[in-house]
Amino acid sequence: MIEIGLGHYLSLGAIIFFLGVIGIFLNRKNVIVILMSIELILLAVNINLISFSIFSGDIVGQIFTMLILTVAAAEAAIGLAIIVVYYRNRGSIRVEDIHGMKG
Amino acid sequence: MIVHTIFFYFFSVIAIFSSLMVITSRSTINSVFFLILDFISVGCLFIMVGAEFLGMILLIVYVGAVAVLFLFVVMMLNVAEQKQSWFIGRKSTHIPTGLIVSVLILLELLVVVGGWKYKQDLMSSSTLVMSNISNTHQLGLVMYTDYILYFQLAGVVLLLAMIGAILLTFRERVGVKKQSYLNQISRNPANAVELKEVESFKGVKIDD
Repeated sequence: MIEIGLGHYLSLGAIIFFLGVIGIFLNRKNVIVILMSIELILLAVNINLISFSIFSGDIVGQIFTMLILTVAAAEAAIGLAIIVVYYRNRGSIRVEDIHGMKG
Repeated sequence: MIVHTIFFYFFSVIAIFSSLMVITSRSTINSVFFLILDFISVGCLFIMVGAEFLGMILLIVYVGAVAVLFLFVVMMLNVAEQKQSWFIGRKSTHIPTGLIVSVLILLELLVVVGGWKYKQDLMSSSTLVMSNISNTHQLGLVMYTDYILYFQLAGVVLLLAMIGAILLTFRERVGVKKQSYLNQISRNPANAVELKEVESFKGVKIDD
């Protein structure tokens, strides 16, 4: 308990991942919160990769983390652009109001 | 080692609390603020564990760019008046399903973590890499040699994202007078200037 090891970091990543998934499912507000939950999930993945990289002494995990950061930034930009276009067309980004595909 | 423990629990409690607040806070703008807090505390954890470069990148890229982008969009879209209704809203049948799936995923992740607990050689902190060159130096030595292709592909991904975001949000506005350089340059005196013979007391009709 007092010695911080790999398990502690993996647990932190698992909890943040779990909260991100809950945020996607239990969201009634708007789509921006879903995008933020996706960012939380990617952050949890980054925690896992970096802790493995540090505790096993391999630098490649950190390089992979940088690639994930790139993809996360691109995804946030595209997602927010889609949200802006949707709001311009429909005037609402509530999750309940988005049922164009009857899903 | 006790300092490591104290700081780990401090930052991880803040990270977990703020990520809980991201998904439960009432207004979207508060969610963005808690997201920033979450990024900052996890960045501090990265710096503490020895990945300084990525901790700084997390602070710069996420807090400085992505979270501010979220803030811009939230302020632009006027979503503040759309109040959240979590468990009160109509047709809330999605909540049990979402809870079951989320708890299952958490249990799976806990099982994975429990499996790693028996890897004692990987767990102990004595295997932390202590090297005399800095983390950024190490990262650069590997990234610009072995992984240069992936590095450049990441740049291509960012370029495509930029082009896509601009194309998605671009719209041609009607009724806006714009300067057209091509029309200006292609004018010549032959079709722009007309000489008229003005008769006395008649004037010139220029409307036709």
